[in-house]
Amino acid sequence: MPQDADVQNSNAARPLHRVKMTRAGGTLRAALFLVAALGLSTCATERSATPRPTASEAPANLAEDSRVIRFADGRKWRKLAADGLHDPRNDMLQYLQQPAEALSTLPKDGPNGNQVDWMAALRLGAIAPRTSVRPGANIQVLDLDIVFHDTAGQPNVVFPHRQHTEWLDCANCHPAIFIAKRGANDFGMLDVLEGEYCGRCHGAVAFPLTECARCHSRDQQTAGTY
Amino acid sequence: MLRATILSFAIGLAGLVWLGEARSEYADVVLNRNSEAAGMRPVIFPHWFHRIRFRCKVCHNEFGFEMRAGANQVTMGDIYEGKFCGLCHNNQIAWGQENCNLCHTGRPGLPSGIYGGHKTLGPGRW
Repeated sequence: MPQDADVQNSNAARPLHRVKMTRAGGTLRAALFLVAALGLSTCATERSATPRPTASEAPANLAEDSRVIRFADGRKWRKLAADGLHDPRNDMLQYLQQPAEALSTLPKDGPNGNQVDWMAALRLGAIAPRTSVRPGANIQVLDLDIVFHDTAGQPNVVFPHRQHTEWLDCANCHPAIFIAKRGANDFGMLDVLEGEYCGRCHGAVAFPLTECARCHSRDQQTAGTY
Repeated sequence: MLRATILSFAIGLAGLVWLGEARSEYADVVLNRNSEAAGMRPVIFPHWFHRIRFRCKVCHNEFGFEMRAGANQVTMGDIYEGKFCGLCHNNQIAWGQENCNLCHTGRPGLPSGIYGGHKTLGPGRW
């Protein structure tokens, strides 16, 4: 496939959390148990607290503690200082918007991803993201569905250009990720799971790969030709 | 003994993963290629915050960000010259480059990459 070799290699070996095994097994085991116990205990004991005063346009939240804000629609978001990424010792953290503040006002999606139906947010006008920063670089929406027929036992995949071109430019996918020619892209679900093709975005930033039926959405018997 | 070691190792690793990765917001990106080596915290780029305000194409087409974590060699020099983040973070569209710790907000030691709670930690990267 037409891939930039640099791009391929740069992500070939993603670092994971590593734990070094040594001969001092007893100490190590104790440390690991402590870590595990800490994880389990913080998971199990999320304290409920008094509701915080909310801004007039923000939805009422059910409960808030030092780590999590919960909402009546079942959604909850971690606070930045407790998300495992942000450094709580950074004084500037207080000036950053919390995910709960922004995302709780947007249409609800399943428990995966950002818990936000981003297409609905766009359609309903809940968000109005800019299409360009430089003048003259506007969006070109293309209303064209592509059906992928060779989907083994699964329902066929319908790829709607319209939803994708409301966010992206043609050049984001063509020709580097997908050749813009019917039948020219020979890939499978394993490629997608490995972060190629659709997996460039789905599973990383767009709705995740656990949402099978959103793509595998057309019964094989009724498949038309495109 | 061996079984106990393996079991505790697995539990400990699960605890580490749970503590470290599973709770960040979907699609947060950690940039730490240069930050810590230069004495700064890693940068955390929140996709959710930016996609509320800009369509994907603004950064991934106009600004030249590759759609692959780790594929963008962004330096502060680039940003000062008005490239990449510096196209907006210039006190005109978004906060300027003097607000170091609004972007350099990550915990020390974070590996670069894209984060989020969806990953099953199975084969590959999913």
